[in-house]
Amino acid sequence: MAVRGGAGLLAVLALLAGPATAQPRETLTIGITQYPSTLHPNIENMAAKSYVLGFTRRPLTAYDPNWALVCLQCETLPSIENGLAVREATPDGRPGLRLTYRLREGLKWGDGTPITAEDLLFAWQAGREDATGFGPAEFYRSAYELRVIDPRTIEMRLDRVTFDFASMGDFQPLPAHLERAVWQADPRAYRTRTLYDTAPTNPGLWSGPYRVSGVQPGAGITLARNPAWSGLAPQFREIRIRTVENTTALEAQLLSGQIDMIAGELGLPVEQAAALERRARGRFHVEYRPGLIYEHMDTNLDNPVLADRRVRQALLLATDRARIVAQLFDGRQTVAHGPVNPLDRMADPAIRQYPYDPARAAALLEEAGWRPGPDGIRRNEQGARLVLDLMTTAGNRSREQVQQVVAAMWRQAGIEARIRNEPPRVFFAETLSRRRHQGLAMYAWISAPEAVPRSSLHSDEIPSAARNFSGQNYPGFRNAEMDRLLEALPTTLDAEARRPLWARLQAIYAEELPSLPLWFRQDAHVWPLWLEGVRPTGHLNPTSLWAEEWRSR
Amino acid sequence: MSIPARLLQMLLTLAALSLVFYLLLGLMPGDPIDLALTADPRLTAADAERLRALHGLDRPLWARYLSWAGAVLRGDFGYSRLFARPVLALIGPALLSSLALLGLALGLAVLAGVGLGVLAALRPRLGPAVQGLAALAQAMPGFWLGILLIILFAVTLGWLPAGGAAEGGEPRWPFLVLPVATLAFGHMAAYARHALSAMRGAMADPWIRTARARGASEGRVALRHALPNAAVPLITLLGLDAGSLVSGAVITETLFARPGMGKLIFDAVMGNDYNLALVALLLVAGVTMLGNLAADLGQRALDPRLA
Repeated sequence: MAVRGGAGLLAVLALLAGPATAQPRETLTIGITQYPSTLHPNIENMAAKSYVLGFTRRPLTAYDPNWALVCLQCETLPSIENGLAVREATPDGRPGLRLTYRLREGLKWGDGTPITAEDLLFAWQAGREDATGFGPAEFYRSAYELRVIDPRTIEMRLDRVTFDFASMGDFQPLPAHLERAVWQADPRAYRTRTLYDTAPTNPGLWSGPYRVSGVQPGAGITLARNPAWSGLAPQFREIRIRTVENTTALEAQLLSGQIDMIAGELGLPVEQAAALERRARGRFHVEYRPGLIYEHMDTNLDNPVLADRRVRQALLLATDRARIVAQLFDGRQTVAHGPVNPLDRMADPAIRQYPYDPARAAALLEEAGWRPGPDGIRRNEQGARLVLDLMTTAGNRSREQVQQVVAAMWRQAGIEARIRNEPPRVFFAETLSRRRHQGLAMYAWISAPEAVPRSSLHSDEIPSAARNFSGQNYPGFRNAEMDRLLEALPTTLDAEARRPLWARLQAIYAEELPSLPLWFRQDAHVWPLWLEGVRPTGHLNPTSLWAEEWRSR
Repeated sequence: MSIPARLLQMLLTLAALSLVFYLLLGLMPGDPIDLALTADPRLTAADAERLRALHGLDRPLWARYLSWAGAVLRGDFGYSRLFARPVLALIGPALLSSLALLGLALGLAVLAGVGLGVLAALRPRLGPAVQGLAALAQAMPGFWLGILLIILFAVTLGWLPAGGAAEGGEPRWPFLVLPVATLAFGHMAAYARHALSAMRGAMADPWIRTARARGASEGRVALRHALPNAAVPLITLLGLDAGSLVSGAVITETLFARPGMGKLIFDAVMGNDYNLALVALLLVAGVTMLGNLAADLGQRALDPRLA
């Protein structure tokens, strides 16, 4: 939107700003750029909802800021070694697992009702029912049985054995004493009648250190301390989360003291944060945290030009990603060499890298039969010019800038990039999902720690009319060894045994380059100098899950 | 055409518009589930099919329209997928916010614009200055002026909030000053130019000479004789602006992070929230038509030749 154009002016003139109005330390006001469409933990998935719910409810398990899986509401993570996970056969004879989870002692909903195994049973029953409309239902299809052993213990049976079995993702207790009646009345209407949206200030819905005390649709959510919380007491009496979609306006509200901090998960782009840090030095702490958002350019391997691996490698060698990161992003993005984040424990530091090397790029293109033409653009033997579409999401200023720089770099290598951008909904819903991109498509994937990229790399996941365009292998990548690795990885329980599989996966990716890696985006967390204890995670579990540790100096 | 006939025509137009809006929204690329797929990497193809069936998105567009129209006739305007609330419960507060913002801005723009136009018509040496100011107001993008006002009054001086809306017991007016000023400055230009032009024309009419010959003061000539005649085109302009009272001002609302109809409509269209987008767009169309009707009636009252 055009209003972004004012960010530079705002940043320059912010020098004139006086000190921000001091906020009482009893309250903390946080700015984010998105408003959650629902507060129900299992209906729809969006970053804003995860952020708000981080304060107000706790899942069974989560990845902590060190990317380690931990129990939040359970006592012990199940493992084969501790006997809480047991291999067994499913009723139809397939390999399966039996998991035992025990809730921590003293957990209560905000109205004082104890959190029990019945709440987990209700969550499971609602998720198993298709009409309920929970988002990802893969877990509920797999968890074919759940038994209440005692008020704090459940036993769950899964119809598959995967290494990440202990991670319960979004599965968490739902307040059966409030929600079961609503759900039972009409499961199809549950998503519009859940108390999470019709009466979100009901304290009995919340299990975190804070509860929702006020909602201003589209504008903000106010949180108050949850008196029934049994963990570390949070310091702030009230937390106000304000939605300001435009980042220029968000920065203005920060500078004027209307908000105290900007959440990195849904805040300023790194370049804007870096400019703010330089110009308002000494007023805010800016913490950059590499995340799991993987910016890349998908190829289309049905295009005969891109089907040649040498051309794909030459394209990457001709792209000076380090310079782009330095000049456009203040050096704040992490250059990617593959789809696995360097912070992931399965990242292979020995993965093949493609530093900027125009001479090597030229040699590869010569080898592939593309020789310089009179206009500087290479031609093949038939005289066809080396022209490739380069698409991205229209209106994304950052990507459009990168696109211009990449096109200029490729031109120096004798490759003409024909820029064709589309609005995000057209780009994703029509072009990519139907593999209508003819050349390269720049966008981002978001993943989780050690997420197996089956949907984007397995040959079964190539969208086609025959399979109703499901799957996300948009390049159309087919590699038998990659398929075998993607099938073996989830079922290899021993982490050390998975490591060589991951290394091989990354090696194939780096050699074949079905997509050209660009960088992993960083989150820029901006908070006041008086605030401490915020621990950015960089993954899907937000900082707010540990908000009780936040303190003011 | 009589007033009841005009109202009937409006209802028929709204019914036709509802079909057009529904088809246009439904034919946009992607549906809510496509959007969900891009936001949640864990959603599988099976999840997408299940959710499409659950939301009725697997049915033909015409069948969905008929269901929607039938529900509306029963008084059920549906549920917003984007905000998880009944549509009418969302539109009410947004409409009030936009009415306050746009009503004040338009009122200020009319007062200042017409005042400047009349002044320039009475004092021709002020004409270039007024025209220059009007040109500046028209040329300056609202978001640019808004940012300048935020920097000066919110960031540097700290006198006014940079955006948002009043909460709890906070006074509301400080949150309205900057957005109203931003919007009013842009709108003022059109009223000033039209008022100046209309007043110049009216002041040259023969009855003005007669009024002067009868000894009326310049002020009385301008306000009692010229202005009512010059008001006819201004009322047309005001009628056309009526729709914006409920359509909101998306850029101003976004810049000042104010919940309002402009932002609501933008979010609903971009987020494929059919129920919300349809009702909001129909409301804008309806109020625009009512505004035009009111303008016609006002013109007839001022100029009997139009009756």
